[in-house]
Amino acid sequence: MKKILVTTVAAMMAAAPAMAELVFPSLSYRTGPFAASGIPFADGYADYFTLLNERDGGIGGEMVNVIECETAYNTEKGVECYEATKDQGALLYQPLSTGITYQLIPKATADGIPMHTMGYGRTSAKNGKVFSNVFNYPVNYWDGASVGIKHFKEVAGGSLKGKKITLLHFNGAYGKEPIPTLEKLAEIEGFEFNAIPIDYPGQEQKSQWLQIRRERPDFVLFWGWGVMNQVAVQEAANVRFPMENFMGIWWSGAEQDVLPAGDGANGYKALQFHNVGSDFPVFGDIQKYVVDAGKAAGAGDQIGTVLYNRGVYAAFLAAEAAKDAQAANGTSSITPAMMRDAMEALEITGAEMAAAGLPNFGPEFKVTCENHGGDGMAAVAQWDASAKKWNLISDFVASDASVVGPLIEADSAAYAAENNIEERCN
Amino acid sequence: MLYREAGDFKTSYAKDNQTFPIKFDRVGYYVALIVAFLVIPFVINDYWANAILLPFLIYAIAALGLNILVGYCGQVSLGTGGFMAVGAYASYKLMTAFPDVSIFFHVILSGGVTAIVCVLFGLPSLRIKGFYLAVATLAAQFFLVWLFNRVPWFYNYSASGQINAPERTVFGIEVTGPNAEAWATYLFSLVFLVASALIARNLTRGMAGRKWMAIRDMDIAAEIIGVSPLKAKISAFAVSGFFVGISGALFFAVYLGAAEAGDSFGITKSFLVLFMIIIGGLGSIFGSFAGAAFLVLLPVVLKVVGVDWLGWPTDIVAHLQLVIVGGLIIMFLILEPHGLAQLWRVTKQKLRLWPFPH
Repeated sequence: MKKILVTTVAAMMAAAPAMAELVFPSLSYRTGPFAASGIPFADGYADYFTLLNERDGGIGGEMVNVIECETAYNTEKGVECYEATKDQGALLYQPLSTGITYQLIPKATADGIPMHTMGYGRTSAKNGKVFSNVFNYPVNYWDGASVGIKHFKEVAGGSLKGKKITLLHFNGAYGKEPIPTLEKLAEIEGFEFNAIPIDYPGQEQKSQWLQIRRERPDFVLFWGWGVMNQVAVQEAANVRFPMENFMGIWWSGAEQDVLPAGDGANGYKALQFHNVGSDFPVFGDIQKYVVDAGKAAGAGDQIGTVLYNRGVYAAFLAAEAAKDAQAANGTSSITPAMMRDAMEALEITGAEMAAAGLPNFGPEFKVTCENHGGDGMAAVAQWDASAKKWNLISDFVASDASVVGPLIEADSAAYAAENNIEERCN
Repeated sequence: MLYREAGDFKTSYAKDNQTFPIKFDRVGYYVALIVAFLVIPFVINDYWANAILLPFLIYAIAALGLNILVGYCGQVSLGTGGFMAVGAYASYKLMTAFPDVSIFFHVILSGGVTAIVCVLFGLPSLRIKGFYLAVATLAAQFFLVWLFNRVPWFYNYSASGQINAPERTVFGIEVTGPNAEAWATYLFSLVFLVASALIARNLTRGMAGRKWMAIRDMDIAAEIIGVSPLKAKISAFAVSGFFVGISGALFFAVYLGAAEAGDSFGITKSFLVLFMIIIGGLGSIFGSFAGAAFLVLLPVVLKVVGVDWLGWPTDIVAHLQLVIVGGLIIMFLILEPHGLAQLWRVTKQKLRLWPFPH
């Protein structure tokens, strides 16, 4: 026992903060049932920072240090990872898990470290007046629900009255998040809404799909992750559910989710908040400076896949904020507080994306003190099984702010009341 | 040489029956208490509290509770995760409904609520035993998690079904919420652990414990000599539920701060606590501590050695961890089925004779 304690203490001394570098912890999951989705994202996140180090010598002359910590999508391990990395100068946390996000929101706020939950996490964190240190730009789940319903409305010919829409979702914080919006939308649009939960990890969905077969909903929205996605797409194909009426959120729309179902997955739709494909200059650079140099975080075979791209996009947004922070403070070694301020003033323009080798990769947006969530733009992508490719079939459209806005107000006000938080930005 | 009872004379029954009859043990126990209460709070930091000490203290309480049921009374339970969830949700409802009452009482009341639920699910134990009882408690596990996911009243109708611990204080010092200091959360949990261990120790060596053990060893014989199986089994479920509920409340309120039934209190939690008492030692208070320490520390140590020292990829270390923990469990079951507690007992026997074994 004593020996164990001694070794642990020694290890913590060894892991003492290394100054003068920009630390971006990556709470990744490369194990467990959600690893299939966690690995490409973690690879993309790490590879983009490696690219900046190798090609540009870091950000503003400071090398970037990505500390990876395995969470296995487990909240306890996530908390342990946070505690283990926060004293090493962590500038920003991106836990890629809504459950861990809920754990870390109060902790990170108390420690003054910003968090970026890109397209996941607590939706009402968009309200910067209440959530000072949490950002969820450029889009959140409620935007996703709204855009998805908009698309269904278009498909149905302009009205959803009398239609049945089912939400098939992961029975956890992540999957339950869109329910309030969908209930509200059901009232407004006049469709019948019901939610079918899938318990973690979701390798078995026979009963859920039996229920869908029995109830014959017109459209199915899907909030799944990891192995759950492949199973759902496969089951949908098995019960011959019309794939074009089955739509996943952006976390249920990657190559590995649809490939196992083969031709059966053809026509499956998913929302996206950034572009798909490997047709961007940055990927050439990653291939040259990172993969060919043997410095890739993973096997280097994920480049251009949806989730790898998303990891790159997350890293790109973090790097842009870090650059802004350096420029605003006139110093290259920034603190988490400077990072937070820069994120709150972040503006992503087409020129910036092009300069980073990601032209037209995502929507242009601007973060303000009141709005930490961007404009909520999302597009619909469809899977082409013969070409094995995702294609965007719609433009980036904004969510219905008149529906999402009041819900965000109400939820963040409840959080503020529970935790005695005074509104900022006044 | 140091460790022996020679010259340590007992002149009263009380002294003869004390928990640590050997002076060396007794001194060690007091030193451990002094270190735990008076030294660690001054040197503790967030990492030590949240990654190592808090999980250890809280799992030790859960292991104590389960050990009473499984180790002392012989009733196999796979519902620990569900019962911890009862404690957590009870404390959440109490904390939000009665914000002015001290969290201290909320935690104890949560234990009480869990005891009642545990007794309800323990009723089948009067008719069924062994594997069949394990399956019945497994049903409790799944039912309770389903219930907390399904009924919005339990999570105050929040959008995501998460429960968040609001800030609560003891004597004006915050022990829950993000601004709670590491030492405060540590001391708060430590008080509960020490109290639980004292209660458990005194219950198990008294009349109640003897009845439990009689039921465990042979229920028919126990019934013949006048032990009521109803009272013995139900009381074991109640006491076990009380401790498990306290640990669930602390786990949610003090350690995690936010929780969700399926994620934090799933079936893996039930198995983890069961492994703790199997590795630590069934029917032993010390075993509950040793098992909790072992299974909390081992992953952290493996991670520190693998990732921070050797620089291996995180996924390989995570997979290795599963292999090593699994291997160790099998090794323990083969080499020392009575767990770390028996290992400690054997060591003590050897130490008494050392250095002159003959």
